[in-house]
Order: sequence, then C-alpha cells, then structure tokens
Amino acid sequence: MNHAHLNLLIGLAMGLNLLALGTSRLPLLIRAMSAQGVILGVMPTLMERPDWRVLLVAAATIGGKGLFIPGMLRRAMRTVQIDRELEPLIGFVPSILLGAGGTIAALALTPLLPLLPEHANSLLVPGALATVLTGLILLIGRTKAISQACGYLILENGIYLFGLLLIQAMPLMVEAGVLLDLTVGVFILGIIVDRIQRAFDSLDTRKLTALHE
Amino acid sequence: MNSLLDLILRLDCWLLLAPLLPGIINKVKAWVAGRRGPPVLQLYYDLARLWKKGVVLSTLASPAFVILPAVTWVALLSAAMLMPLGPLGAGLTFRGDALLWLYLLALGRFCTAWAAMETGSAFEGMGTVREVSYAVLAEAALIAAVLALSVQSGSMALATMLGPPMGAGAALLAAGLFIVLLAENCRVPFDDPNTHLELTMIHEAMVLDHSGPPLAAILHGASMKLLLFAVLLVQAVLPMSQLKPLAAGAALACGVLGVTVAVGLVESLLARFAFRRVPLLLTTAFLLCLFALLVAWKGGLA
Repeated sequence: MNHAHLNLLIGLAMGLNLLALGTSRLPLLIRAMSAQGVILGVMPTLMERPDWRVLLVAAATIGGKGLFIPGMLRRAMRTVQIDRELEPLIGFVPSILLGAGGTIAALALTPLLPLLPEHANSLLVPGALATVLTGLILLIGRTKAISQACGYLILENGIYLFGLLLIQAMPLMVEAGVLLDLTVGVFILGIIVDRIQRAFDSLDTRKLTALHE
Repeated sequence: MNSLLDLILRLDCWLLLAPLLPGIINKVKAWVAGRRGPPVLQLYYDLARLWKKGVVLSTLASPAFVILPAVTWVALLSAAMLMPLGPLGAGLTFRGDALLWLYLLALGRFCTAWAAMETGSAFEGMGTVREVSYAVLAEAALIAAVLALSVQSGSMALATMLGPPMGAGAALLAAGLFIVLLAENCRVPFDDPNTHLELTMIHEAMVLDHSGPPLAAILHGASMKLLLFAVLLVQAVLPMSQLKPLAAGAALACGVLGVTVAVGLVESLLARFAFRRVPLLLTTAFLLCLFALLVAWKGGLA
C-alpha cells in the first residue's frame, strides 16, 4: 500500500524533472524545484513509522526545500530582474529528450544493479538516478546563474532520494547537516547573484570565464 | 440483415454526428467571449450549401485535385469504421487493425497535402510544409499512445485494445492524446481555424483553392477526424469493458462532449503558440505517451 503511494510520489518527482528541463521561465523552474522538495519531504513519513525524528526531518525538508530556499531564489530573481532563460547551451527540446532518455535508461538499467530485495520493486533508485541526471543537464546546459542554482538543488534532491534508501541507518545529524549546508549555499548564492549582476550587468555565467585586466 | 442494420446505424452515427462537434466548439467559444455565436448546426448548413455549388478548377490542376479530397474522405470514414464505438464494438475488426488505422490517417493527410499542391500556389505549399512537419511529431506521439494501449491490453486490435482500464498511465495518456488531438485537428495552440491571414494559416492554407463538393468533403472529413480522435481519447482513458452497455454508451457520449467543450475552452483561453515553441509542446505530448507506455510495460512486469 505504502509502496504504491511512494512510487506515485517518485513518479511525480520524475515528471517535475521533465517540467524543469522543458521550461524557459525561471519562476516555473523554481516552483518545480520547490514542489519536488515538498514531495521529497513527505516521503520519509510514508516509509517509516512516523516518530518525532522522522517528522522533524520531514518538516525541516519541506520548510527548507519547499519554502525557504525557493523564497531566497525568488528574491534574488527579483533583485536582478531576470525571469527567462533565453539562450541555453542545450536547447529545451534536446534537454527534455535527454532527460526522458535518462529516465528511461535509469528505469531499464536499475534491475541490473545488485539491490536489496526490499528495494527491487521501488522506484527510489531509478528516481534518484533520473533526478541526478536532470540536475546535471541543468547545470551544464543553462547559462543563467539562477537556473544553475536550481540544477544544483535538483541534483541534491536526487542525492536525498538515494539517501532515503538508508533511512534506517542514516543518523538525523547527517540529514540536518546536508540541509544546513544547502541552505547556507543558496544564501551565499543569493548574494553572489546580486554581485555578478552589478559587476557584469548580466547573469550569464559564460562572462565569468573571460579575464579582465 | 442484422449486420446490415448495424452498418447503417454506425455510418449514420459517424456521418451525421460528426459535423456537430465544430458547432459545439464554436458555441463554447462564443459563450466564453459573451457572444451569441453561430448556431450549433452551422456546419450542416455550410455543407448543404457547398454541395449545391459548382467547382472552380485551376487550369494547372490535374483530375487528382477533385479525386483526392474524396480519397481523404473515404480513408477517414474507413478509419472511423475500424474505431469501436463503446458497446457497439467496431464495424470491422481483425488482428493488427490498429496499424491499418494509423496508416489510413496518414493516407488521408497525404492526399490532402497532394491535393493542396495541385494548383501550384505558393501559399498552399507553405501550409503543406507546416502541416506535414507538425504531423511528423504528432504521429510519433500517436504511435507511442497506440503502443501503450497495445502493451497494456496485449492485443493489436483496436476493439480489444480500448477495453481494459489503463491504470496509472491513464492520466498521462489522456494529456498526451489531448495534445495530439489539438495538433492533428489544427486547433488553437497549433493552428487557428478562424485565421485567414496567409502567413499564419496552416490547414486553412491547404484547402484555400478547393470549392464546392470537394470542399464539403474536406470539411466533413475534418469534423469526422475530430470525432475520431475524441472517441479514441475517451475510450483509451475510460474502462469501457467494465461498464454495462448502456452506461458505456452514455459515458462515451458524455466523454466526447466533455472533450469537445475542453477543446472550445482551450481555444478561448489560449493564444496560438509561436512556430518555434510548437516542437516543444509536441515533444511533451510524445513523452507523455511514451511514459504511459513505460507505465503499462512496467506495471505489467510488477
């Protein structure tokens, strides 16, 4: 029963991956990313008997990934007044096809991995692989710093999905530490985005590779 | 005798009901815009008027110009005969008729495109190019959807394919097929059936030089195609074989009506997309159908 619910949630997260790859609008990208964070936050309560530790992890994940981090990214977006990714390095159709291909490959190849029998029927591993791949495509293929940050966060969502396999073994502190790192990272990024905008008049990260005297 | 009656009933159903759908769509659009709009039966009047008119022929056009619209119409009607109608079942069914169905639709499009280029008009060539390049992408999605249905039911005949419930893939398939329906029937995000601005027309540009009875055949064929896709969409999503005959018929009718109203609403609420954004939407439709296929395949294994 819970298994089916879990797989449905992971399927939704995979759909959000493709949405994130296909959209050129930054607000929609951020919303997809935060919705994925919320879905991921709900998952531990379905996998475990909900005691206070699990609930705390879930609440922290939902609060951090679903509300706080997207809020900061939106603020950064407003300050620099950019809401479109106009010239991606990998176009939207190729990147959505790459993402879909990666998702299908992840689904097809997971049965070959030596998994525990209780994970064999779950979508956790293919979902994690597909989400990590989506994050990578966004990081490589987009030029605006904010979309790259979203790619990084989606990548982290994939790693979190992998982490859910170890939910019994993983101590609470590790989860909390990862979440804290992430929040601080995005916090700093929000400031840097503003600085990049002021120094270069653009958020195009390609300009950061050229040297000035 | 009984099969003859069945055939006549089925032909009546497709031939007489099809022109109702564009009327309903126009009524919904008028209602959203606060106008009174043309009567629901407008297309019937148009068809009757066109049937009485003569044909204007270009000196360039070969006889194919008049024959091809008829071929298109027959191809679409044959495709309609293969499509099961809820409790009535299909007029003709055999193993692999889904493939024939796909090819009949392709034949219909090929003939329309050929007839469009008969007059040697540059606009029609342009419209044809656009129509065919959209069709390449839409067809991929349609084939993926048919494959998904086939994998789910383990059969290659439309009548048995459309019976069993699709399960979790139904929502994906519904969304994918709805986008394909809009693209194949040249409805709004892809093409605007009302526009007569040469640079933006797609389907309308192709039928610009037709007149009289051939144009009536084209218009009637287009409305049959719309009904065909609406019926496919409804039957693919609803578990037809699990309902009682009467309930299945009612569900089919309500479903088709719902799809038609949805097309009207989409048409009033959305603007058509820029040409370069269309491939993204059609790729999305393809992926939706592909993932429905994946769900059907994986669900079968688990």
